Amino acid sequence: MKSETPTLGLTRDEMAQRVAIDIPDGSYVNLGIGIPELITRFVPEGREFIYHTENGLLGMGPSPAEGEGEPELINAGKRQVTAIPGASYFQHPDSFAMIRGGHLDICVLGALQVAQNGDLANWSTGGPDAIPAVGGAMDLVAGVKSVFVVTQHCTKHGDPKLIDACTYPLTGPGVVNRIYTDLAVIEITEEGFQLVELSPGVSFEYVAQRTGAPLIPIPAPSAN
Amino acid sequence: MINKEVPSVAAAVADIFDGATVMIGGFGEAGSPIELIHALIDQGATGLTVVNNNTGSGEVGLAALIKAGRVAKMICSYPRSLNSTVFPELYRSGAIELELVPQGTLAERIRAGGAGIPAFYTATAVGTLLAEGKESRVFDGQEYVMERGLKADFSLIKCLKADTYGNLIFNKTARNFAPPMAMAGAVTIVQTASVVAPGQIDPEVVVTPGIFVNRVVQVQNPAHESVLVAAGVTYP
Repeated sequence: MKSETPTLGLTRDEMAQRVAIDIPDGSYVNLGIGIPELITRFVPEGREFIYHTENGLLGMGPSPAEGEGEPELINAGKRQVTAIPGASYFQHPDSFAMIRGGHLDICVLGALQVAQNGDLANWSTGGPDAIPAVGGAMDLVAGVKSVFVVTQHCTKHGDPKLIDACTYPLTGPGVVNRIYTDLAVIEITEEGFQLVELSPGVSFEYVAQRTGAPLIPIPAPSAN
Repeated sequence: MINKEVPSVAAAVADIFDGATVMIGGFGEAGSPIELIHALIDQGATGLTVVNNNTGSGEVGLAALIKAGRVAKMICSYPRSLNSTVFPELYRSGAIELELVPQGTLAERIRAGGAGIPAFYTATAVGTLLAEGKESRVFDGQEYVMERGLKADFSLIKCLKADTYGNLIFNKTARNFAPPMAMAGAVTIVQTASVVAPGQIDPEVVVTPGIFVNRVVQVQNPAHESVLVAAGVTYP
């Protein structure tokens, strides 16, 4: 079941673009490492987002031109960045007051696993040889108003990442609001995984087969 | 007369003792006081507990201090990074202890320690492994975990400009943990690219007031970790 039509679903760029559509104008946004970082390339026309990076910069701009970066102007992934006009620098306690004090509107994170009740696991596989490293993930999910996850629907081995209960150590319980995958957009509801949108050419059955917990179909429009 | 400037990095770290808790500023290489760390390696203190967000990279700066066997315990949020091999090897062999702390909790524990607050409650880590064994309490219907303030015997930080009273300003994202660590260190030691007379820094833009600083030492052209690592430099 994992070998068929490998090109089905969205590319990483398309996934990032899809998330960007759901971010309102004027939002203060924290982007995790990986696919979330790509979102900066797809800000919809007429909207402005301010990016927060937890190591002390509000108003993060794009990567610097070749040879123009500075070792002390970096993002949370420790890559060199720029600061936009109107940016500010601040110390760590202030940066995490923005996060933990509920001042940031949206964070977009990657995931190892998401459970149907919104539990997120994205910091450790709990393996005996793993070096545990959490960074700011637990702060972000505990404090930011809306937590979006963007991830491939399945692991490289074809196992579902959206499951009934996380087996890896949690980043936070019941914290995820929406999941954007290569196959679908899914909302966490009281009832579980609610399908919001299928990627072009992808069927409900195809997604449901690759989801490790019940997937609730999009309600049919009421006939009137 | 107050003049906190000391003549050398060696003089600045001379009294750091075996078993001390040492906070070291920096997030990755931004703000890492490499010259003070190298002076600490030369000085020889061992059995240290070090507080830093990471564990260094390559074999310079913090990674070199760990490699030299001087660090008994790391308190940090993210002990692996690009080019970070020293800590993972020692950790896997059981030669170094790790206290893993969420980054915001780490920052707030340091701030609290410096502000005379022995403990506080936060929602971060509730319901996770990192809250296990900690007291929790419900406020307004939500559960919070109690975290302890964190103090140090010494804090080593880096800034852009200091005056001889110890007022500091920083460089871009190199500020990160330095201001709270300056507050939480019993003795705070600062390396700065330039030292100026009192009055030469606008009081409106002072980030760390001099009361939190004990020693200032000029390191005019501080090395950058990534440049040293790329050049294959190791220390000592």
